[in-house]
Amino acid sequence: MRFPFGIAGAGVGEIERQIPDGEPPPLPVNDALRVIGKPVRRQDGRAKVTGAVRFTVDVKPPGMLHARILRSTSPNARVRAIDTAAAERQAGVRAVLAIARNDSILRYAGAPIAAVAATTQAAADAALRLIRVDAAALPFVVDMDIARRANAALVYQPGEALPLNAVEIPVSGALPLTGNVRGPETLGSRGDVEQGFAVAEVIVEGEYRTRTQTHCCMEPHAIVADWRADGLTVWMSTQFTAGVRRELARVFDLKLSQVRVKVAAMGGGFGSKSQLGVYGQIAVMLSRQAGAPVRLVFDREEEHLDSGNRPETWQQIRIGAHRDGTLSAISLVEFGSAGVGVGAGVGNFAQTLYACPNFSLAQNDVFINAGRGSAMRGPGNTPGAFAMEQAIDDLAGQLGLDPLVLRDRIDPSPVRREERRLGAAKSGWDRRHAPGADTGATKRGIGVAQSIWGANVYTNASCEVRVLRDGSVLVLSGVQDLGTGIGTILAQVVAEEFGLLPEDITVHIGDTDFPAGPPSYGSQTTASITPAARTAAWKVKQALFRQVAPALGATPEQLAARDGKIIIGNDPARGMNFRDATAGMRTDQLSVVESRADDYGGFRRRSGDMAGAVNDLGGVQFAEVSVDTETGSIRVERIVAVQDCGRPMNPKLIESQVMGGVLMGISYALLEERVIDQHTGRMMNANLEQYKLVGPRDTPPIEVIVLENYQGQSATDAYGIAEPSNIATAPAIANAVFNAIGVRVRELPMTPATVLAALGRLPRRS
Amino acid sequence: MPNADRTHSVTRRLFLRGTGATASGVALLADMHIAAAADEPPIVGPGAIPLTLTVNGRNQEVSVEPCMTLAEVLRGPLDLTGTKIGCDRGACSACTVWLDGAPVASCMLLAVDVGARAVTTIEGLAHGDTLHPVQEAFIAHDALQCGYCTPGMVMSCAALLERVPNPTADDVRAAIDGHLCRCGAYPHIVEAVLAVRKPGP
Repeated sequence: MRFPFGIAGAGVGEIERQIPDGEPPPLPVNDALRVIGKPVRRQDGRAKVTGAVRFTVDVKPPGMLHARILRSTSPNARVRAIDTAAAERQAGVRAVLAIARNDSILRYAGAPIAAVAATTQAAADAALRLIRVDAAALPFVVDMDIARRANAALVYQPGEALPLNAVEIPVSGALPLTGNVRGPETLGSRGDVEQGFAVAEVIVEGEYRTRTQTHCCMEPHAIVADWRADGLTVWMSTQFTAGVRRELARVFDLKLSQVRVKVAAMGGGFGSKSQLGVYGQIAVMLSRQAGAPVRLVFDREEEHLDSGNRPETWQQIRIGAHRDGTLSAISLVEFGSAGVGVGAGVGNFAQTLYACPNFSLAQNDVFINAGRGSAMRGPGNTPGAFAMEQAIDDLAGQLGLDPLVLRDRIDPSPVRREERRLGAAKSGWDRRHAPGADTGATKRGIGVAQSIWGANVYTNASCEVRVLRDGSVLVLSGVQDLGTGIGTILAQVVAEEFGLLPEDITVHIGDTDFPAGPPSYGSQTTASITPAARTAAWKVKQALFRQVAPALGATPEQLAARDGKIIIGNDPARGMNFRDATAGMRTDQLSVVESRADDYGGFRRRSGDMAGAVNDLGGVQFAEVSVDTETGSIRVERIVAVQDCGRPMNPKLIESQVMGGVLMGISYALLEERVIDQHTGRMMNANLEQYKLVGPRDTPPIEVIVLENYQGQSATDAYGIAEPSNIATAPAIANAVFNAIGVRVRELPMTPATVLAALGRLPRRS
Repeated sequence: MPNADRTHSVTRRLFLRGTGATASGVALLADMHIAAAADEPPIVGPGAIPLTLTVNGRNQEVSVEPCMTLAEVLRGPLDLTGTKIGCDRGACSACTVWLDGAPVASCMLLAVDVGARAVTTIEGLAHGDTLHPVQEAFIAHDALQCGYCTPGMVMSCAALLERVPNPTADDVRAAIDGHLCRCGAYPHIVEAVLAVRKPGP
């Protein structure tokens, strides 16, 4: 089979692919399609603008109780006793659960201790205040630099099992633990770095810091659990219905068939709602204990303290190069902290982006007494890019090369090459002046940075397509919509196959009673579920053609579906309306369930249900800033984001998502930081007043260009965009700041104080 | 040593209860002096009290605890869940509704303090099946992703157009300043509102 191959506008050719039996024929390029690749409106737009759509926080099954978790106010303490008797006697209380036990260690402020379910939220809150906790304070450390010192308070004692993730499953002890430092992890190191530096003609090095960012989903973490004798139903604001079902079945020793997980609208996750979590288990246990549905919704403080975060990092990066720019060595030493958890590594970015024969990595997790980190939009690569892309910018300066020219020499990706070309033209890159060249107090600059992210695919992703006798069409999958619009995209895919309009297709998703969908993390939803939907639709269509061909006096092979009709021999004048055709079906419905086939060209990597396409996802972003050198204030004037995601399915939805990635990047670059007080070990800005997010007045013009990059790898050839759109923003801004003021700001967030310190006008932060 | 209380044991509710106690003390003094106590608010609670609210043009009889915010009453007893709570302390504006046509954070207002003022929620903005132009524009310009901040955003944008029929982009940004959207819909929101503005004469 011949598939379109290449980048639209830069020469699309063809590639021959062997495709497995039962896969549909190749889709042509978007220009030749009617629904896919078009700016179709999101299907649930009306429900969302009228407030009619139901989020998990809006679910109210009859008899529902309200829960709250009692959390530690101490950063480290050993429990001596918990007395819940008074809470149990409180009016309205239906269930009380002690989570911590005697001798449990509460390792961070915000650690769960106990939970209550009551008839009203006020009664639950009041009951919490009646729980007496006797605990002995332990030494604590909340600062990563202090935690690395030899005499630091220990978060985990030697020999203690490391309960490293939310479900308290100890991880393999493969890496050494020294004090609070677990590592070094050297995975991905290659070649001989010493030799690489020995032959280098230019070496750049620098130390970079990024701070802890919290997800700040507008809908808090929320679950409504309804435990019954015949099974468990859970409504949850989750990024992975099928995964939560698996976890619930395992934790509560149920069959998968006894667990149902549902999510209608979902108010943002960004990585923090990927798993069941301790809170999810608590809600289910309370429901089991009370014999009633239980609603547990975090307040904003809990969101910051105990729902995950992007780990802080300290990175020392060193790059050796030849005079022509080719790289001879990259070395990255990193210490990062995911609080009481692990996963602060950033090495993938420096390891994979540029051609370099020698790479060494030593990344370390530093434990501190703070809430556990988790995946957050481009985990690892986002902080990694902040350091690496500034180091590359430094190198370009040292070599006297334009940063784009240097990247043309060291970046093997033809996709990013095209992205650089388009972005340079759009951003007016040729206006870029020498660093610090502006004369006045306010200086402008332009910077660029790149993104890389795995093109992830989850093969355990299924979708059902049903055609009914009245011509209506249903799409059913457990896949959840976090706001990206996957339901709309599924309607487009199926409409295209049937020659119908997207509004003709009814989509039901977010329910494990439908075929299990993929997770919506790792930017893999569209890549995983749209091929399954298209294949299912195509197969239903073949079955329909077989049934209606005799009535049309044709063979099934002669039929095609187009413009609301089933036509013969590609002649729009010969055929019948889709609805008339389906009226002749033998049964009330034709239905096919399909799952994600392997990429036609094979995968680069695979582990169980998770796989990675041959080519990574990219993206190049250009930032223009102005910096007031008297106040240190940075204003982002403009962002040009050039991104790729295989075949773009819906440019309108993609633009929204890229803007979201860019804005989260601006916020990360300039504003966001979890601040923990050294003396009390408590977060000082666990709210949305002092934890600053980018707002409408900080939002610059954002221009989005999305490549059509055809690879012929699946029935839709579509891949993700969420994470790649976030990774390059902060370093592009940092490089623009350098271009503006001629001084590099190597620390996030780039607040006025940080900028003034870089300019030597304020002391540096310790 | 960890405090058994929650970290923010002085919640807004307790704080409000505290000020309520102070207010009753003041009222007591006023009674004693037989001063101009007529404009003092009546002492209510702490148990539930009957309340009449005018919501989306209809009088609604509800029984509420005096400590309940308007957002809680809308979402709870009145089942108008379109109004969202994001931070519950006036920092994100997800809970924005209209009070006599002006946008307010319903999480920062006690239901008992609403009085006779007309409350308009997102459910009351459309006329039957006919959406408000701002709602139509939000759909057309994809001015939302997850949709959680959307009801509040729509209410503030619609109120802006009532005040300023032909706003500038800066007017729109000012109108939604204080609204937080983690999905990053601000550019499309501004675009949507500018698309429905009515050029002046």
